[in-house]
Amino acid sequence: MTLDIITPDRKVFSGEASAVTFPGIEGQFQVLNDHAPLVSTLAKGPVTIQTASGQQTFIVDGGVVEVLRNRVLVLAEAVVA
Amino acid sequence: MPSLKEVRNRIVSVNSTQQITKAMKMVAAAKLRRAQDNIIQMRPYAQKLSEMLGTVSAGADVAAESPYKAVRPVERVLMIVVTSDRGLCGAFNTNVVKAALTRISEQYATQQSRGNVEIMAIGKKGGEAFTRRGFKVNNQFVDSFLNLSFANVRAAAESAMESFVAGRYDVIELVYNEFKNVATQIVRTEQMLPIVSKPADATATTASAVNYAFEPSEEEIIAELIPKSLKIQLYKAVLESNASEHGARMTAMDKATENAGELLKELRLVYNRTRQAAITKEILEIVGGAEALAN
Repeated sequence: MTLDIITPDRKVFSGEASAVTFPGIEGQFQVLNDHAPLVSTLAKGPVTIQTASGQQTFIVDGGVVEVLRNRVLVLAEAVVA
Repeated sequence: MPSLKEVRNRIVSVNSTQQITKAMKMVAAAKLRRAQDNIIQMRPYAQKLSEMLGTVSAGADVAAESPYKAVRPVERVLMIVVTSDRGLCGAFNTNVVKAALTRISEQYATQQSRGNVEIMAIGKKGGEAFTRRGFKVNNQFVDSFLNLSFANVRAAAESAMESFVAGRYDVIELVYNEFKNVATQIVRTEQMLPIVSKPADATATTASAVNYAFEPSEEEIIAELIPKSLKIQLYKAVLESNASEHGARMTAMDKATENAGELLKELRLVYNRTRQAAITKEILEIVGGAEALAN
């Protein structure tokens, strides 16, 4: 699935990912390939991405995530590292 | 007629002024590019956010109540005025300040007479202009342009939103320059809070065909999204104003360089004329002297 993490300032991540873990507001959850359509808000915490080349982590300060037809879109207000 | 030396000094000074305006124009052009890039960077976020808001509200049955939609009798007004930090950009700042003043005198004259209109200045020039006119000015976020980023603007937006929810203001309006093109800026006045609900657009109905799982409920997601879109609204205004500022400065400096060129042309003419007059005078004196000797 393709994953985009964008903030108002820049595009933080854009590319293929096999699994993504989100800090959902009601607890952590993971999105894999062919996930059902989902909209969720995020708490402050780490977004962990599993890509072909390894694992990457971004700390987001709140945001929303939308999953639709293997396209995952994260709108974060701020991303730390 | 001015002396040769005076004209020469004048030419030198106009020349160096022209060099400065030329350099400023070039700097403004470079900054304009960066400002435009910033707008382009922000666009996908803003677009996706409003799309998402559309999808989620289409799924929710009731129009969610929000503290940001509370319409109260207008007692206290906050005007957020976005200007620039520096001058030398033509009528850029004057236009915004004038628009804000007209808005206040037309719409909020009674509140103004009771001293209930406050200004939140973003950009030094606006802060100065309103302080001079005796307004209550909140200068807390005046320096947002020093390091223009979403984080800064977000803090300003959050403070304004908080004081609206707390009831310190009943209306918040936003005045800024919108970037149309390098030469044209449009002064915009928008009501930021309370939110004016727009009629549902067509895109929302097509998106609702997908059966989303919402976590937590739609209402809660909407409650999260609304403040986000408000912050983006302010951020967009600040970015637009920033691009407009550099555009305005570019045109102003271009005009100044051109004017300096014309002035130089005139001065050179005067210089040459004076020089020739002096030479002619000297020759006449020599000829006159020689003739007197011959007699």
